[in-house]
Formats: sequence, C-alpha cells, structure tokens
Amino acid sequence: MLELYDGSLDVPAILKKWYKEEEQSNYGAYIPFIGTIRDEDGIEGLSFDVYEPILESWYKAWQEKAKEKGAIIKMAHSRGDVMLHESSYIAAIFSPKRRVALEFIDEFVEDFKASAPIWKYDLRDGKRIYAKNRSTAIKGSGILS
Amino acid sequence: MVKVEFLGPIQKEPLELNITNLNELATILQDDNDMKEWLENSAVAVNDTLVSSREHELKDGDKIVLLPPVCGG
Repeated sequence: MLELYDGSLDVPAILKKWYKEEEQSNYGAYIPFIGTIRDEDGIEGLSFDVYEPILESWYKAWQEKAKEKGAIIKMAHSRGDVMLHESSYIAAIFSPKRRVALEFIDEFVEDFKASAPIWKYDLRDGKRIYAKNRSTAIKGSGILS
Repeated sequence: MVKVEFLGPIQKEPLELNITNLNELATILQDDNDMKEWLENSAVAVNDTLVSSREHELKDGDKIVLLPPVCGG
C-alpha cells in the first residue's frame, strides 16, 4: 500500500496502523525506516512534489519483488511542506524472517532515493529552492540531449 | 498531437506538438533556452512508462513527461 499525505507524517499512527494490519499475518519481522527532517544549513523545512502515476508503477514492481520473497512493503510519503524534526517518509518491510526484511529495506530505500519520481526543495525565507545538488538523475536520463 | 509536461522544478508550461517521435522533440527542446540545464539530466516517459531510446515512435494523444533529477525521502 502506497500512502501519500499532505504535509508531515503522523509517525506513531502510521506505524501502529501497519502493525495492526499485519499482526495476525504470521510475519516474524517488521522493519520500518523513518526519515525525518534534520536541522541543518539553516533550512526551515523541506517541501516535496510527487508524480503519482510513475511512483505507483515503480512501487508495484517492488511489491512484486517482495512477494517473491514472501515479504510485503508499506510506504508513506509527504506532499508539500514538512518542517524540521517532522517525518516525510516511512517505508517498512514485513517478512517471515528478519534477514530478508533487513536486506530488503536497504535495497528498497536506496532504489527509492535513486528512482522514485519525487522532487525535494529546501524551505528558506518561505521560498522553495530545488535541492539540485542532493538529487539523482533517473537511470536512462539524457536521451533528449 | 502529443502533450509534453515538465515535472518538478522545471518551470515550464506544457506543450502541445505535432511530432511523431522523440527525435523531433529533442530537436525542439534543444533550441529552447529554458531547457538547456535540464535535457542532459532528465528522464523521459511516454504514457507514464520510462523510455530509453529517442527512436520511440509517438502517436496522436500520447503524453510525454520529462523527469528531472529526483530526491525523495
């Protein structure tokens, strides 16, 4: 399940909801990754644009990969502004055994960073400034240049 | 006619163009000063599927999007 929220994520509520959804599913491991906005370089927060159609197909492909290993993925992300010390991203893996979940969360979050169609902006003086230096070109970029 | 949309930080209004492949789109956008900094680092999707070749044929009603470098999380 891919969940998009306007503004920051309610971390305890989302983690609890996912736990409740799967507590009877016989998974031995539930491993969440929670991304929070750090106070650095004088930013007031971050802001996000999300392109849903391609995010959905990217996520669906990962769900299929997880299924092959008997695991499931859950993910929540913010749209719009998220302020310091709030959360904009949670991903979690449920799997029968811990090793699959530990490896999968690493692979999943890395590919998320490199491929998911989401754009990040720093919030400074109320303005959105594209985080160009921290962004990664999607694999296969540049065919029109 | 195909529609071209520019996502994320690319500040550009959508275009409607009479073109039949991505080579033609490349030629048009290479002449566009607003696009100079984006062409070499943007991915291209046709009807929301990423494409890897400029030879990709286009048909009437196709939607093309340009995706600049990403940073989720």
